[in-house]
Amino acid sequence: MNWELIVIGAGPAGLAAALAAYDKGLRKIAIIERDRYAGGILNQCIHNGFGLHRFKEELTGPEYALKFIDRLRDTTIELICDTMVLHITPDRQVHTVSAEKGYQVYSASSIFLAMGCRERPRGAISIPGDRPAGVFTAGTAQRYINLEGYMCAKRVVILGSGDIGLIMARRLTLEGAKVLCCVEIMPHSSGLARNIAQCLKDFDIPLYLNHTVTDVTAANGRVSSVTVSRVDANRAPIPGTEMVFDCDTLLLSVGLIPENELSREAGIEIDPRTNGPFVYENMETSMKGVFAGGNVVHVHDLVDYVSEESAKAGEGAARFVSSAENADEAYIRMLNGDNVSYTVPQRIRPGRLEGSVKLFFRVRSKLGASVIKVSDASGQELASFKRLSMSPGEMENIFLPKEVFQKARGDISVSASEA
Amino acid sequence: MYDVIIVGCGITGAAAAFALSRYKLSVLVLEKENDIAIGATRANSAIIHAGYDPEPGTLMARLNVRGCEMAAELCAQLDVPYKNCGSLVLAFDDNDVKSIRALYERGVQNGVKRLELIDSRRLRELEPCVSDKAVAALYAPTSGIVNPWEYALAMAEVAALNGVKFLLSHPVTYITGQLGGFTVTSCGEQFNARYVVNAAGVDSAAVHEMVAEKAFTIKPSRGDYFLLDKSEGSRAKHTLFQCPGPAGKGVLVSPTVHGNLLAGPNAVSCLDAHRVNTTAEGLAFVKTHALKSVPGINFRDTIRSFAGMRANSDRNDFIIGFPVPGFLDLAGIKSPGLTCAPATGEYAAGLLEQHGLELVKKDSPVTARRKIRFKELSIPEKQRLISENPLYGRVICRCETITEGEIVEACHSPIPPVSVDGIKRRAGTGMGRCQGGFCGPRVLEILCRERGISPLEALKDGEGSVILFNETKAGGRA
Ligand SMILES: Cc1cc2nc3c(=O)[nH]c(=O)nc-3n(C[C@H](O)[C@H](O)[C@H](O)COP(=O)(O)OP(=O)(O)OC[C@H]3O[C@@H](n4cnc5c(N)ncnc54)[C@H](O)[C@@H]3O)c2cc1C
Ligand SMILES: Cc1cc2nc3c(=O)[nH]c(=O)nc-3n(C[C@H](O)[C@H](O)[C@H](O)COP(=O)(O)OP(=O)(O)OC[C@H]3O[C@@H](n4cnc5c(N)ncnc54)[C@H](O)[C@@H]3O)c2cc1C
Repeated sequence: MNWELIVIGAGPAGLAAALAAYDKGLRKIAIIERDRYAGGILNQCIHNGFGLHRFKEELTGPEYALKFIDRLRDTTIELICDTMVLHITPDRQVHTVSAEKGYQVYSASSIFLAMGCRERPRGAISIPGDRPAGVFTAGTAQRYINLEGYMCAKRVVILGSGDIGLIMARRLTLEGAKVLCCVEIMPHSSGLARNIAQCLKDFDIPLYLNHTVTDVTAANGRVSSVTVSRVDANRAPIPGTEMVFDCDTLLLSVGLIPENELSREAGIEIDPRTNGPFVYENMETSMKGVFAGGNVVHVHDLVDYVSEESAKAGEGAARFVSSAENADEAYIRMLNGDNVSYTVPQRIRPGRLEGSVKLFFRVRSKLGASVIKVSDASGQELASFKRLSMSPGEMENIFLPKEVFQKARGDISVSASEA
Repeated sequence: MYDVIIVGCGITGAAAAFALSRYKLSVLVLEKENDIAIGATRANSAIIHAGYDPEPGTLMARLNVRGCEMAAELCAQLDVPYKNCGSLVLAFDDNDVKSIRALYERGVQNGVKRLELIDSRRLRELEPCVSDKAVAALYAPTSGIVNPWEYALAMAEVAALNGVKFLLSHPVTYITGQLGGFTVTSCGEQFNARYVVNAAGVDSAAVHEMVAEKAFTIKPSRGDYFLLDKSEGSRAKHTLFQCPGPAGKGVLVSPTVHGNLLAGPNAVSCLDAHRVNTTAEGLAFVKTHALKSVPGINFRDTIRSFAGMRANSDRNDFIIGFPVPGFLDLAGIKSPGLTCAPATGEYAAGLLEQHGLELVKKDSPVTARRKIRFKELSIPEKQRLISENPLYGRVICRCETITEGEIVEACHSPIPPVSVDGIKRRAGTGMGRCQGGFCGPRVLEILCRERGISPLEALKDGEGSVILFNETKAGGRA
């Protein structure tokens, strides 16, 4: 059987894309998910704060996911769980394995990549010291506590101020653990301001900016202490500033990496800035008929944008399948200007544009009142926007009307600077 | 009464057990940790050295060359990942060129085959990413890489299938007696044996002194490593050494059998042989020196850093012999102890025979081992396997594509694992780029199910390394 669309991953990205493609007329759609249930990472995010933009209410992760999962029942979309996608090929064959059906190869007219992301492990930042039990990535601890029902910590130091770490600081405290501090090597937090307030400040948990973990010691196989030091402007630890915390757990919230093993192996071009595929205005990757959205493209802080971006991709896939919209077209590259670390989408085909482009980006450092400038290779300014403040922890977006791309001479760059 | 008790089960003890298991003997292995191969054997460079390093005439030189010759066939027979990738000792200046000439001479004397001194052009053909400052190299095509703990496990598992008994979490604390009747005390229990073999690694001097006069000192020396993602794995095709100095063989850059890149070690003398921690200075040293050999290494793609402890001693050779009749030291087994191991095991069996142990071949001892590696099978083979056992259709470790079938098989292997890392060493889960962040909780669940224990009892690794403390307010799922 040939599927019109195969979606890989049933997190919010996969669900939104499948439903949008269905709404645009596709009927033979399969979502393949390696876990036992749909919902993706949302299933372990039992805190609220999801859906503020999209549904104007504060939902928990599972509630947000259910809004989409419930809709599947009224469609012909097939949800295939407990099935892992092992490979995809440029001719859009999808190789899968499951206990029930064994090794199966499906073919599809289009594919949507929605594999999400994974956490950076301890090794990625080479924290010196012993290697005992009690060092967890924040998401793993979240899984033990929220899905398995077991506490993995009593006295905790958290390294990294990413959102998952912040959420876990609160969660662990509510479960009776003592969170001693949250340590961040950068001069600013990488999490959302609302999480700093609600998860650290409200519980009197200190946040040490410009600090990092410089040693871990063990006693009897488990973490027994963690040493924290201040860092200089080059992020090198300053001798003499050590603080030693007696604890049994070090939680790591040191970044997420889009999960693109499948994409890379298939030969899809990956943007080193995001670690996700380069995508066009309709979220199509460099491989024809293969689309992508959500955390597999770039790490999002808000699920609402994941759904929105993925729905756009689902529509793109539907158009690709029904109107064979697949001619090669010239594109404009979106480049980093000053203070901008990436943009998504990275490539715009002016000929394909209907309305405006919603461009996502992140700034490199914290900025006060500032101006975002969009200009072309000739230096011509195409658009500008004002912000009261910006921070690397919060993804920004701007709307660029179609005319911007018609006016542009050469590639376009986006820059930010304090006004 | 056992014929032989082996104290310690790193690769040396495992190889001795493997060699003895072919004969009609009763053999007991006592290991203080809760798994075998978690001393020096699990944290080292994993190189099968060609044999040009040890001084000619030493036991180390002989066992090294023999061990290297045995590796390919033995690994095939035991289904242990091994690759004959060859090694290069890089020379950066005239002094180094003198050093590699000396190593060449030494290698020839030791009986190393096919050694070659090569110029910079040939070097670059063999190894495109090498620093352009390297002017010449010593090429040893017989050298290789191996999965060290799996090598030890495989020998121990085959020994177990042949009837050797393994008791884990059994530190030997006391030994009395003499030839024909030793009593070995561990965990308050007494075990009797005609012969005792000391394979206790960094603790081999302590075990020696349980029965004999102090004769040597272990001088523990630690080395730090970086293990990099497979995306960096192609930076080196061969093991790339720098010229050896007084502190050892220096920092190397090598591919691993799993396709990753390894960089390390440094060498730091330690007082506490049991604290095997990495340090910021050690890691920084390794980084600088590794970049000298291969300037392009991207250390941002590190997935793990770790350290290993060498059982160096005050002798420049292994300490192998009988300090008292019937008690055999396999002590001070420093590098290249891994390479030597199968030869050391054979040699130990021979020595015991010379000292009166009768070696009568078993009629049909187990000599081989096979493992299912789902990832490496063809599609029809995968299909067949899953239809026979659906557990092979459930992928648990996403980075390395390890299935539940392989994990369950590991749980019921001849020396069953008791921890999440024990499963890692047998099935390969958590070895990949997420380092078990994803599969850890799933492996824990399978471990508990197969062993019939509560998640609260599950260990990450050694004794005491508990993962979970108590149920949450909502209660545990299991
Ligand atoms: C801990 C945490 C807290 C958060 N808190 C908030 C918050 O408070 N508010 C908010 O708005 N947002 C929050 N977010 C962000 C938001 O939840 C994520 O951005 C969103 O879940 C990403 O959706 P996704 O579909 O891209 O990825 P995921 O939800 O990760 O889904 C990916 C799916 O793909 C599956 N998959 C991957 N590879 C394969 C394969 N090879 N074969 C089959 N299936 C595969 C996975 O099993 C998974 O189900 C949080 C995120 C995290 C991680
Ligand atoms: C950094 C480093 C790099 C190296 N690189 C290489 C290389 O590339 N190639 C190579 O060939 N070699 C290398 N080596 C050397 C090699 O790893 C060792 O020689 C080899 O692993 C030693 O094995 P072993 O069994 O003697 O010791 P170990 O593996 O340390 O085993 C000793 C065992 O004895 C147990 N034990 C101790 N005391 C007691 C007791 N009282 N009762 C019961 N059990 C006890 C311990 O728990 C341990 O399991 C390296 C070593 C290091 C540290």
